[in-house]
Amino acid sequence: MSTPTITASVTIAGETVPRVELTPVAVDLLRSLWEEHGPLMFHQSGGCCDGSSPMLFMAGEFITSDQDVRLGQFDIAPANEPSQPLDFWMSAEQFNYWSHTFLTVDVVPGRGSGFSAEAPRGVRFLIRSELMTTMTPFAGSAETDTVQEDAVATPSKAVPA
Amino acid sequence: MTVYSVPGTPGSKVTFKSRYENWIGGEWVAPVKGQYFEDITPVTGKPFAEVARGTAEDIDLALDAAHKAAPAWGKTSPAERASVLNKIADLIDANVEMLAVAETWDNGKAVRETINADIPLAADHFRYFASAIRAQDGDHAQLDGDTVSYQFHEPLGVVGQIIPWNFPILMAVWKLAPALAAGNAIVLKPAEQTPVSILVLMELIGDILPPGVVNVVNGFGLEAGKPLASSNRIRKIAFTGETTTGRLILQYASANIIPSTVELGGKSPNIFFSDVAEEKDAFYDKAQEGFVLFAFNQGEVCTAPSRALLQKPIYDSFLGDAVTRARKIIQGNPLDTDTQMGAQASNDQLEKILSYIDIGTKEGAKLALGGERADLGGDLTDGYYVQPTIFEGHNKMRLFQEEIFGPVLAVTSFTDYDDAISIANDTIYGLGAGVWSRNGNVAYRAGRDIQAGRVWVNNYHAYPAGAAFGGYKSSGIGRENNKLALGHYQQTKNLLVSYSENKLGFF
Repeated sequence: MSTPTITASVTIAGETVPRVELTPVAVDLLRSLWEEHGPLMFHQSGGCCDGSSPMLFMAGEFITSDQDVRLGQFDIAPANEPSQPLDFWMSAEQFNYWSHTFLTVDVVPGRGSGFSAEAPRGVRFLIRSELMTTMTPFAGSAETDTVQEDAVATPSKAVPA
Repeated sequence: MTVYSVPGTPGSKVTFKSRYENWIGGEWVAPVKGQYFEDITPVTGKPFAEVARGTAEDIDLALDAAHKAAPAWGKTSPAERASVLNKIADLIDANVEMLAVAETWDNGKAVRETINADIPLAADHFRYFASAIRAQDGDHAQLDGDTVSYQFHEPLGVVGQIIPWNFPILMAVWKLAPALAAGNAIVLKPAEQTPVSILVLMELIGDILPPGVVNVVNGFGLEAGKPLASSNRIRKIAFTGETTTGRLILQYASANIIPSTVELGGKSPNIFFSDVAEEKDAFYDKAQEGFVLFAFNQGEVCTAPSRALLQKPIYDSFLGDAVTRARKIIQGNPLDTDTQMGAQASNDQLEKILSYIDIGTKEGAKLALGGERADLGGDLTDGYYVQPTIFEGHNKMRLFQEEIFGPVLAVTSFTDYDDAISIANDTIYGLGAGVWSRNGNVAYRAGRDIQAGRVWVNNYHAYPAGAAFGGYKSSGIGRENNKLALGHYQQTKNLLVSYSENKLGFF
């Protein structure tokens, strides 16, 4: 049976629509890394170098706080197997600018730095993004009056698969 | 024009070894577990050398060597250490082309940049800190007629340093030079994307330093970086990289109650006020170049001017001229001195950049230039090349908020001064910024109002030794490239001395 796409449960209070999913290749890799390391967690990075990549750590290795948002929880266990919960986190200040996008965790060949657990396998987790139909894009934008009228086309309303 | 020969071929300036071990205690030491990984050149996408895949055991060996070396090195005089740093600088200067070609092959950047910027700057930073440590005084205060407080600078001892891949040699030197000048011994871990060029530098300068003063262990972050950053045998950890790893390193440092300096990137605004276009003169030409500097080093710079803010009256004309200029950027063989933009440093970096071009399009940003992977054909067809790319949009788009670390520029407009500052500061980062105006008052005020550690006024992307560099906000903690950096590698010893013969009289 082929590996499915896995969508994270909703963990943000007041929300009803998932925010994160794993591609099948990401699921396979995570199951293999779980076998090697045990329980895992994601924290989405930003900034220099390998910023914008999700970092995979042993669960609890990265200490989250009120300054972080838990976007969702995956269960990467195969059907009828004991649960393997895996949280996806992002700093709250970064989430302010990402909240209108649905995130898909994919895998590409490469060699990221940082302390992410997949790097020794010669692959890297990568975020692909879609606009969320349920979110107002750029809510809270104070600069809409500065946009050149013709500079912004109508956002494509892609629906997360 | 010159096209440098591919490393290892006849006439090349550099021949890599087929395998690199760790540099520990002044000699090459095989990794304890005997594992190696392939180093890939982004120029062709092909492996060219094997590199030690270090683990906690190798970090321990390096820390042993550093602890053995630290006491004697810490007792050397500033003049002795300055002499060592100046010898290193001289040797770098005498080998610019060799180091430049090695750096280009490891990282993918254009050789004109490594020859003219990375390597000469590396030499100069060593010279700057050679001077700074000799000029550094302690201080004293006469607290009363019989009591004097003396303050001495002492080295921390053994420090850890984790280096990014965008300027592998220069970023290593930014951290090595102040740490060495201050009298510390170092365990350094290069980035896994660019592990070799620093070892080529160590081959060159290794004999100048006492064994164990600088130790280099390669490997993956989880396997070698974490054991170094979390070790209770370092007295400080320095890191340049992204925010999540930066926070993790600060957490490890808190567990050991040691200081940590972190430089975590930015999303730097480059502001062009209308008066830059008052004349189509040399200054306008300079400002246009300042806009196109988003493509410098393929955009792989923490301070890349990746948000251009143009005042409305000049928006269309200035952008039109700049797009025309950016279209002329020469992409090609990074070993060709005519090439202006080389390869991105790794495949995952290439993929990440393309994913941002994708989300930018979905967010409704308007593509003004580029937007695709570049296939340069021949041997370069599998290299990691991206077209210089310019989007128009608004500051709430992720294109404007995330450090793409590629040649992707996000452009928007502003109405007046307050609007410019508001947009410029609407970011979680605060590392770099640019301000362009013929009005000195406006330029000065903007420079002071932007919340960033480095604001270039009427220039951009200069990194001279002496000018303090570091971040506000989530861009990090600490300053480099200035004598201030010595303080990040020194303890303060206070000697409080009584010159009185008389007792206190309490007991």
